[in-house]
Amino acid sequence: MTIHTPTTEAQACAVVASVAATGTPVTLRGGGTRTGLGRPTQVVSTISSAGLTGITLYEPSEMVIGARAGTPLAEILRTLADRGQMLPFEPMDHRALLGTEGEPTIGAVAAGNISGPRRINAGAARDSLIGIRLINGRGEAIKSGGRVMKNVTGLDLVKLVSGAHGTLGFLTEVTFRVLPAPECVVTLAWPGLADEAAVALLSAALGSPFEPMAAAHLPAGIGADQARTLLRLENFASSIAYRTDALGELLSQYGRPELIEGAASQELWHSVRDARFFAGSHEAVWRLSLAPTKAPRATAAIIQALPQARWFYDWGGGLVWLAVPVDEDAGAAAIRAAIRSLGGHATLVRAPHAVRAVVPVFEPLAEPLMRVTAGIKNSFDPAGIFEPGRMYAGI
Amino acid sequence: MSAIAFPAPRADILARRDAIIAGLAGLVAPEALITSDDERRPYETDALTAYRRMPLAVVLPSTTQEVAAVLRYCGEQGVPVVPRGAGTSLAGGAIPQEDAVVIGVSKMNRILEIDYDNRAARVQAGVTNLAVTGAVMSEGFFYAPDPSSQLACSIGGNIGMNSGGAHCLKYGVTTNNVLGVTLVMLDGSIVEIGGAHLDAPGLDLLGLIVGSEGQLGIVTEATVRILRSAEGARPVLFGFPSSEQAGAAVAAIIGAGIIPVAMEFMDKPAIEICEAFAKAGYPMDVEALLIIEVEGSDAEMDAQLARIVAIAREHGVKTVKESKSAMETAAIWKGRKSAFGATGRIADYICMDGTIPTGQLPFVLQRMAEIVKGYGLRVANVFHAGDGNLHPLILYNCNDPVEARKAEDAGNDILKLCVEVGGCLTGEHGVGIEKRDLMRVQFNEADLNQQMRVRAVFDGEWLLNPAKVFPLDGRVAA
Repeated sequence: MTIHTPTTEAQACAVVASVAATGTPVTLRGGGTRTGLGRPTQVVSTISSAGLTGITLYEPSEMVIGARAGTPLAEILRTLADRGQMLPFEPMDHRALLGTEGEPTIGAVAAGNISGPRRINAGAARDSLIGIRLINGRGEAIKSGGRVMKNVTGLDLVKLVSGAHGTLGFLTEVTFRVLPAPECVVTLAWPGLADEAAVALLSAALGSPFEPMAAAHLPAGIGADQARTLLRLENFASSIAYRTDALGELLSQYGRPELIEGAASQELWHSVRDARFFAGSHEAVWRLSLAPTKAPRATAAIIQALPQARWFYDWGGGLVWLAVPVDEDAGAAAIRAAIRSLGGHATLVRAPHAVRAVVPVFEPLAEPLMRVTAGIKNSFDPAGIFEPGRMYAGI
Repeated sequence: MSAIAFPAPRADILARRDAIIAGLAGLVAPEALITSDDERRPYETDALTAYRRMPLAVVLPSTTQEVAAVLRYCGEQGVPVVPRGAGTSLAGGAIPQEDAVVIGVSKMNRILEIDYDNRAARVQAGVTNLAVTGAVMSEGFFYAPDPSSQLACSIGGNIGMNSGGAHCLKYGVTTNNVLGVTLVMLDGSIVEIGGAHLDAPGLDLLGLIVGSEGQLGIVTEATVRILRSAEGARPVLFGFPSSEQAGAAVAAIIGAGIIPVAMEFMDKPAIEICEAFAKAGYPMDVEALLIIEVEGSDAEMDAQLARIVAIAREHGVKTVKESKSAMETAAIWKGRKSAFGATGRIADYICMDGTIPTGQLPFVLQRMAEIVKGYGLRVANVFHAGDGNLHPLILYNCNDPVEARKAEDAGNDILKLCVEVGGCLTGEHGVGIEKRDLMRVQFNEADLNQQMRVRAVFDGEWLLNPAKVFPLDGRVAA
């Protein structure tokens, strides 16, 4: 396995051009903490972003940060925190769930569209990503977007590349919109609710004017003996006090919430964000995206077929994390059947290679969309060198 | 004005006009097909009225299936298609050409489903932006993107142009507020992308469709996010002795961790024009005006405004006028939102739309004044100060062709300046025909070719809104 580690964009172009000339499939690597995502690929070499590091632009008053792709996420977060700012989408750290080591990079956050609980209110990584530089499969450095948050000049390739898991090109630099970090954070936790009631509570809260920034439900057995339904408020201290009372009153039919503050609150949301409840187990892990109120019904149907399943909800119910035993298809048939009529989809996040090689990791697309997807892949990467098969077979 | 070139209409298509119309007549109800000169005339142009071309025919379908049938037919016949929402594009995004069929979605104007629990609404593409908010307002909800044309513009057009508005600083633009679309592709296939759930599988085709200016397909339905309104909203007017001080105050407010829902900037000429029209009580003895709006409960707004006012005072603010009533709030926004209309009363103007890094504001304002003065013209500036989206209004006399040409040239120079300082050619209006020939200022050949290759995946023959967005001479296959 050859590992290419370009240290400039020009070198990256040269590396890609040489790889493309021989038609050699490559994997693209940041910190290596998410290598298990997607379908297993057959590659003979790696292009690493480890030589492309450093923050290239930070203007706190313009709420924008740019960095080379291999810059550790931790460095970005530390730099922002020093000026009281943060990434709005609270990216997930996959290390605990996937059992990987190393340092997550900002480029991989962009390439994977990696978001966390704040996604429900502040948008996904793709919503904050405003500019990219990318080497396409022709070995050309191209840019899309820029450093300003409002930009409708030409096709929005930024979105297309975000979440493409490296299949369209090698990111060399990314620029994100940032936000001020809140002065105060508090978590409200209602104990003992069943799933349906919990999602109803979360929907009522998210439909209120009190702006919960995160909304999750942990059934009994997920992190504690008793179920907990969680809302997170972030604001100035005086607003938090007011909104806590207002939400307590609005949701009084569900009982009184417990307040969780400081490190305990942060720890709890990190566990939700990183799906740590499923760390270290041998189960397959799925991520289901659904309209929130449909999630409990989907989960109930899945449990009927897979009684050993464990699950919890983020995004007000719109994201279901599901752990199931690894049998032949890791529950794929039952899970996809359960959500088929509900308008959502399922992604297999963790499973052994052998399973991910045969079970579609991403939800199969309608034929015209699959054709478009193949066409887009070909338009960026005509030699088919980048992460072949990572998202869909043959793409 | 005449600086923007249109491709010569294809003679073979013009020659087949009767046959093409007969073919279309077999696909849609008689009242959906418009062929007479008088009835086609409203579709000659959009809000870039200086340019107009009579389309071959206009079709106003009522269903997604009709759109599919017409699109498939045009695709098979090799006839260009110009998708149209409400026709409010300031960039000429919906201006047709003589050999093109306009497919307008204005009859598809129903709200199909409102799901408060999941905070989503499914609407047809011809629904106006403001009608979405109107439909959910009684339950305290709203649709966030709010272009100034929101009374008239359609959701389909908003998606085509990735429209923004004054409140995007907090709530984002169209692409941040659309969850799914029904898209008709050129071959007539109907696909669903996304839905009421937050993340769609596969490549982010939804993100690609939004802002694609009708070049990848025609959106007939959309699922949009609806949000619960804040308990209250209150704007405050700030008058500053200089643009520099106003700009520094904006930076300091953000630096203090405050994100208002809107921060609008107007320079002195814009203040004068808007005040003369709206009688909003704007201060006349200042060089720059900020409208800053905050949201929340009364106590929350009081607390936030106290911090904002304190920061403004540190930056030498001369006038602070807090809205005390719904009427005052309406007046303050009426002044700002009528800036374009009010300007139109005193002169002809072109409204430019570029974006800059906000730190460059004082330099850009000064350079813009010099540029426009150099052409012997005047400019008024309104500006989304939170996100750097400039709207210089260049005043000229449209009956004077020399002056009209100068206004266009000045506008182009300003857009080049935006790119030079790190910004972009368009923040919320789109490229259309207006900025098509400037695309090489912002993008190099490789950048543009990659965009065009992606475009060609959807439409290899360049039949969809063909003379827009990309320079006419550089077409590339997939």
